[in-house]
Amino acid sequence: MLAFFIQRLLQAVVVMIAVGFIAFSLFNFVGDPVSLMLPPEATSADRDEVRKSLGLDQPFYLQFVKFVGNALQGNFGISLRLGRPVSQLLIERLPATLELSLIAASLALLVGIPMGVYTALKRDSWISKFILTISLVGVSLPSFLIGIFLILIFAVWLGWLPSFGRGDTVRLGVWTTGFLTFSGLKALILPSITLGLFQMTLILRLVRSEMLEVLRTDYIKFARARGLTNNAVHFGHALKNTLVPVLTIAGLQLGGIIAFAIITETVFQWPGMGLLFIQAVQFADIPVMAAYLCLIGFIFVSINFVVDMLYYVVDPRLRAERSGGGH
Amino acid sequence: MTTPLLQVKNLRIEFPTRRGTLTAVDDISFDIAPGEVLGVVGESGAGKSLTGAAVIGLLEPPGRIAGGEILLNGRRIDNLPFEEMRKVRGREIGAIFQDPLTSLNPLYTVGRQITETIETHLNVSKAEARERAVKLLMEVGIPAAEKRIVHYPHQFSGGMRQRVVISLALAAQPKLIIADEPTTALDVSIQAQIITLLKKLCREHGTSIMLVTHDMGVIAETADRVAVMYAGRIAEIGPVSEVIHHPQHPYTIGLMGAIPNVGDEVERLTQIDGAMPRLTAIPPGCAFNPRCTRVNDVPDGRCRRERPGLLPAGKTDAACWLHARPINTATSSQGEGRGGVASFENTKVPA
Repeated sequence: MLAFFIQRLLQAVVVMIAVGFIAFSLFNFVGDPVSLMLPPEATSADRDEVRKSLGLDQPFYLQFVKFVGNALQGNFGISLRLGRPVSQLLIERLPATLELSLIAASLALLVGIPMGVYTALKRDSWISKFILTISLVGVSLPSFLIGIFLILIFAVWLGWLPSFGRGDTVRLGVWTTGFLTFSGLKALILPSITLGLFQMTLILRLVRSEMLEVLRTDYIKFARARGLTNNAVHFGHALKNTLVPVLTIAGLQLGGIIAFAIITETVFQWPGMGLLFIQAVQFADIPVMAAYLCLIGFIFVSINFVVDMLYYVVDPRLRAERSGGGH
Repeated sequence: MTTPLLQVKNLRIEFPTRRGTLTAVDDISFDIAPGEVLGVVGESGAGKSLTGAAVIGLLEPPGRIAGGEILLNGRRIDNLPFEEMRKVRGREIGAIFQDPLTSLNPLYTVGRQITETIETHLNVSKAEARERAVKLLMEVGIPAAEKRIVHYPHQFSGGMRQRVVISLALAAQPKLIIADEPTTALDVSIQAQIITLLKKLCREHGTSIMLVTHDMGVIAETADRVAVMYAGRIAEIGPVSEVIHHPQHPYTIGLMGAIPNVGDEVERLTQIDGAMPRLTAIPPGCAFNPRCTRVNDVPDGRCRRERPGLLPAGKTDAACWLHARPINTATSSQGEGRGGVASFENTKVPA
């Protein structure tokens, strides 16, 4: 277990260093920050001074080490657009994105998995066929379009739900939550459906095909031949085996939800990190972009790491190591 | 002979397809007595596994039983509702499948899989089920069963896993076991162990076995009687030594000639020319007639016109016109089966 843990941890660190390097490179690729910061009429002596004060005269690898060191302390510099520390901006925006992603992911899992199981078990029922047809919409329509449709129907025509923003929020320490107010909850509905629908249909289809695959295996046939009840076969034997591969995808999807929140947040003007990022891109606000990249990378890597650990708990074959009798 | 444990009467299995209905098993009948081991041999696609699956009620759709009946202890089981049949499976009819590596759920310990089978069928406490599970594992020869019970399938070798599978099949003490190619996936050295074990256990428990295999060696070692299947029909059925040493059906004769024997010094093995017909193209009359070397020994080209039922031949029953009484061939198409085994009058097959 420990060896597995350490191995995965090292892999995660390597990935994070790579992400950090790419984020760092942004500063160099998007043009000389010195010329961006100084007025066009600055002298070359001015430039050298600024260059020196920012540490940009140092060799490239030293700059990178310094960047990583700062990043580890949560220091990503100052936003060029807003003139405030980037970390502070991100902390302000993080709760909005995480709450939205959490609801979207729960929706995807809690609706996607049962529907996937249902459509696999009742393959020929018309309800299954209906669900599968509808799910095509979720898979194929881009989420901004779905968001706009939802706004049109529920905000413009029916006027039931707000079309933008988070509603009223409650402050709990550094965390601002929309869960505790009625308008906050109402504001969550449309964006979380928009964000979660693609993942939900993806998980639905994945669970369905995995489940069908598992139902064809010999051990399911054998379980039936042993006279186990349908419930024991379907939900005891088949579902557990189905969820092993689904776990990986679902984990990655959760990362995807947080990352793709950009589009949904833009459509709904949701004050989260994604919106911050889009605005940063428009203004070439490199520190914000780099920090966002690192943070998303970190979230992805962490989720992956947790999924790997879960895998280890669920699947005894990974625990084999030295105790096995071989194949 | 005592009353048969299992009676299969005129069983037909069909697969409806877009291009018409395929008859995969066509009007077969056989019995298995209590404690008896019936071997079922045949090439791939001869319908032997399907017959096993039909008996245990696990034909995979769209395959379905289109005719005939299956009786267990005189009770008809082929038309039982799902829940009734589920109680028969495992409790009265056990099953062993080909590949022990894939027959066990990789995510559960073997102990859990055995106890859940016991708890499903027998009214016992958890502790009792566990105790029985340990006993079963010891019975099938798994060392340190008490410790092994918490292990996962991947921690057992192939042979050991098949032992676990056997213990699972026996868990609720069924009276009949359908063993579908139980040794095909195993090393030859382990095959013999498993076969010996299976035979020993079934003798001790008085369990009958329907042993489906294409391995004549396994049949010769294990079975009391053997049914040779060809293109969904039984070509010959009889005591195992008779079928092996004095086969009566030209197909069985060819089959036996094709088995290499370590002691013999033959230059070439005999071979049966051609291949078994596809289900879409089973010839009228005897299904074997296009490959049969003796098709011209039967007058009037009867083999090509009329399907033979099982006829007494030597000490076995063979579905071959060669064994029809001469008077029948000359005068009419009426034949006589032996002791009601063959349903001779009903054997005309719609062409």
